Amino acid sequence: MPTSNKNRIAFLALLLILMFCFVLNISLGSINIPLKDTFIALLGGDLTDESYAYIIRNYRIPKALTAILVGSALSLSGLLMQTLFRNPLAGPFVLGISSGASLGAAILIMGASLIAGWFSISFVNDFSLAVAASLGGLLVLFAVMAVATRIKDTMALLIIGLMFGSITAAVVTVLSYFTSAEKLQLFIYWSFGSVGNLSWQQLGLLLAIILLGIVLSIFSIKSLNALLLGENYARSMGVPLKKARFLIILSTALLAGSVTAFAGPIAFIGLAVPHLSRQIFDTTNHKTLVPAVLVYGAILLLLCDTLAQLPGSAYILPINAVTSIIGAPIVIWLLLRKKKMIF
Amino acid sequence: MAAIVGINGIGKSTLLRTLGAVQPRISGDIRIHDKALESYSSTQLAEELSLVLTESVASKNLTVRELIGLGRQPYTNWIGTLSTKDQKIITNAIQRVGLENIASKKCYELSDGQLQKVMVARALAQDTAVMFLDEPTTHLDLFHKVQIIKLLRSIAHETGKTILYTTHEIELAIQLCDKMLIMEQGKSTFGAPCDLIEQKSFEALFPAETILFDPNTGSFRIQN
Repeated sequence: MPTSNKNRIAFLALLLILMFCFVLNISLGSINIPLKDTFIALLGGDLTDESYAYIIRNYRIPKALTAILVGSALSLSGLLMQTLFRNPLAGPFVLGISSGASLGAAILIMGASLIAGWFSISFVNDFSLAVAASLGGLLVLFAVMAVATRIKDTMALLIIGLMFGSITAAVVTVLSYFTSAEKLQLFIYWSFGSVGNLSWQQLGLLLAIILLGIVLSIFSIKSLNALLLGENYARSMGVPLKKARFLIILSTALLAGSVTAFAGPIAFIGLAVPHLSRQIFDTTNHKTLVPAVLVYGAILLLLCDTLAQLPGSAYILPINAVTSIIGAPIVIWLLLRKKKMIF
Repeated sequence: MAAIVGINGIGKSTLLRTLGAVQPRISGDIRIHDKALESYSSTQLAEELSLVLTESVASKNLTVRELIGLGRQPYTNWIGTLSTKDQKIITNAIQRVGLENIASKKCYELSDGQLQKVMVARALAQDTAVMFLDEPTTHLDLFHKVQIIKLLRSIAHETGKTILYTTHEIELAIQLCDKMLIMEQGKSTFGAPCDLIEQKSFEALFPAETILFDPNTGSFRIQN
């Protein structure tokens, strides 16, 4: 899809880096598996060490694939939001999806016991958390979409999304205030984000939703490019504005919503990767940017996850912290170097 | 080529933006080919009329050629691939407006005058029978104002397009336009500039104690 030769080379390089990061991510962790054994296992060969094979098959590969999906999906939804709102500060969560998901998780973890004492903590597991987070995210999203069909001004929509986010965040704060330390800790662990712990089935479901989101955004490429000139110009060039806006929001909802449900609210990637991609490819054409952010986001999250595992140690850092600690300096450095924000 | 003139707040832009389906109409009805404006889908409408608005483009990180290429959107496929025919039309638009030297530059590198020409070229590439421009000469110096209006005039005369624009450069419009619409409180007059001068239509545009119209030169004079 990229047009010029320079872009083709950049893409090839990015894909190679992606593959390298994938292997690296699988090989490093609390137990470091030699790269040679990692390759053999990935290529379907038999490993002499059964425990390595077990770790790779049931833990490392799902985790690496999740990181790829999460990174790609968050970056793409960030790009969609930045173009739709023509705002470089927009990210996948501007519409309140992440706050809604947090609310869902918070109600499940902390609220249920407040409402009914018998509702025991044993209900809280990965699956119920994903369901609660999805429901919360969807609830806020439907509210925003209902408003979106009635409101003409996209900027007002941005503010409404942020307001919904504030409301849900406030409810979460109130819940946190009244809850026990033990449950608060459980909630905070969820909000750290994690790309581990996904079963192959969950991974399949996540993949299906994200693919749908990607397809929707590919169909939106034309209107996204027109939106670069502003909404009035886009409409004058034949973009059915309401439909296009709806598709873009729906796509974001699928991408960011599913990720948040399965991996928690992972910050920063969605905001930063579109900027990094624009710097590398020096274009705002979405035909280039959409594939670029997909690959770039995957690489960045794989790297962040590799670091979060603190290779060789038994500790795991919260991925949410790592994405920001790594990502923010990169963006600052790029902006300082280029002395110009490309948008 | 026709110009809409009138004092600030009289509704020039409102009229133009309503005709261009940017904003909903307040009253009355608008028809293209005897069909109501509302019955056109956005793509159909985009093949009938193109716009140059006062708002600046949201992203200036497009090359001039890319931006002009966006004008082909009503005709491209679902993903916006430009065919060889589209490319030819874009090249023609670039040549017509005289942007060959800056075609591969980014829009943020351009001056206001160049950017305005790029927007005209984009509207031209959209290949519509009607082109609306909202104050295309604001923020430009006299030379560039004349350049843009002359360009529009030659486009209108050579391609047979209808070009309608709003302006405060009444003297320029009198000299270069085929028709003018004078909007005043309660009434509007439409006609060729020389007829409008004869009918003394410009005299009432501004309060006579401040600005006086000189019918011989077709220009305004400030009263001391």
